[in-house]
Amino acid sequence: MEKAENHKAGILDLPMLKIAKYVVYDILRNKFVLAYLLFLLLVSMSFFNLESDPAKGMMSLLNIILIVLPLVSIVFATIHLYNSYEFTELMLAQPLRRSDIFLGQYLGMAASLCIAFGIGVGVPVLLYEGTMRGAILVGCGLLLTLAFVSLAFLSTVLARDKARGIGIALLLWFFCTILYDGLVLMGMFAFSDYPLEKVIIGLAFLNPVDLARIAMLLQLDAAALMGYTGALFQHFFGSFWGGGLSVLAMLVWIVAPLWVATRIFRKKDI
Amino acid sequence: MLDIRHISKTFGKLEVLKNVHIGFERGQAVAIIGPNGSGKTTLIKSILGMVVPERGSIAFQGQTIGQDAGYRRHIGYMPQIGRYPDNMQIGQLFDMMRDLRNDTDTTLDEELIHAYRLPDIYQKSMRTLSGGTRQKVSAALAFLFSPPVMILDEPTAGLDPLSAEILKEKVQREKQRNKLFLVTSHIMSDLEELATDVLYLVEGRVVFFKSLNTLKTETGEERLGRAIAQIMQTHAS
Repeated sequence: MEKAENHKAGILDLPMLKIAKYVVYDILRNKFVLAYLLFLLLVSMSFFNLESDPAKGMMSLLNIILIVLPLVSIVFATIHLYNSYEFTELMLAQPLRRSDIFLGQYLGMAASLCIAFGIGVGVPVLLYEGTMRGAILVGCGLLLTLAFVSLAFLSTVLARDKARGIGIALLLWFFCTILYDGLVLMGMFAFSDYPLEKVIIGLAFLNPVDLARIAMLLQLDAAALMGYTGALFQHFFGSFWGGGLSVLAMLVWIVAPLWVATRIFRKKDI
Repeated sequence: MLDIRHISKTFGKLEVLKNVHIGFERGQAVAIIGPNGSGKTTLIKSILGMVVPERGSIAFQGQTIGQDAGYRRHIGYMPQIGRYPDNMQIGQLFDMMRDLRNDTDTTLDEELIHAYRLPDIYQKSMRTLSGGTRQKVSAALAFLFSPPVMILDEPTAGLDPLSAEILKEKVQREKQRNKLFLVTSHIMSDLEELATDVLYLVEGRVVFFKSLNTLKTETGEERLGRAIAQIMQTHAS
């Protein structure tokens, strides 16, 4: 009789979610995510309080989100995954599928960082700017978190060595947040005689940070300051299928690195 | 029950396993012996699916092991160096393992947990444990789900004499239950007490796989240590 009762399998009995649960426990014992949450909370509250216009507060907050969030997500996730090597090793000797172990770790990590962001930024935004654009800001942040944790998992399977893995993670962050825009700008100057607007729209899809930035700038009407390109962005990303396409591209940025990483992990020697 | 079929494995340029082909049956207690770096641990990790061989396959009860991890339910593994999440307490570790296994139909074997008095130190975090205490935790975990196959990698290294004795007695008792034991060790006297068969590996190659008695009669030595020493010398020359 007791057996039958124990077998009432809920969704939390899925091996992947069980592993995610223990990863979340482990991260909660680590004070870093709490510090990240408090930092975001402090920054959001002060921006909204310092600026009389919530839109300006949003703008300042956006800059923080686009730089700090990817950095924290990718570096913390990479370091934590290397540090939980013992946990991974222990799980591998159990009757658990490798993909369940790996994706469980992803879910646990992504959930922890999303919760920190959801409270640290989501709550202040809800209080001061409970509008559609507030929701889009929080949505962009959550998607960016997922994408950069995904990239972090890719960096850890690419390098056995911790220092090298963190190096790859930092390089990816540097490329997406700083280098990429510089390269695009250089390209624009070099080929300024040609009509590049469509190319630039295409290039935005190759960088998750740019996607989030454009989505937000359009919401804040800052696109008007960007001249013809801004108008074109407004026309493209503001349209239904343009917006849908950028959300889709974000999802690809989340799924693709994770998929590649899982494939590598399944064949990796521990 | 466990068939290793022509497996080979290289790490970079180093060939760690070269065409290893052996079969293990229930009721055997196999001592895996070989010099350092002879591929003992790699063989064990291949059986557990932690290392993926380039060539060959491994079958458990006739089923080739692949991405399906279900067969590991039947294997208890005590690693050479037990490494556990630092932030976890001993009690939490055991709870987690029970939760993850979710085997409601196996009876838990908590004999070693009690023999090693682990409940008294359930609150200690894994980070603070000595090497020996970690070994005790590893041993208790390996036996917890009473699996039919037990793989012990250097089980007594690091254990104090009393704890090592407790473990050896436990293995002796479990051997009576028609289980398969794979044990690596450099302590010949331990293996002599436990083993029924000896697998000897050198540089990733199987030199021989014989029953302990055959080995003793062939070499004319009474003790396993001397028999192995004799073989090592003939191989070296």
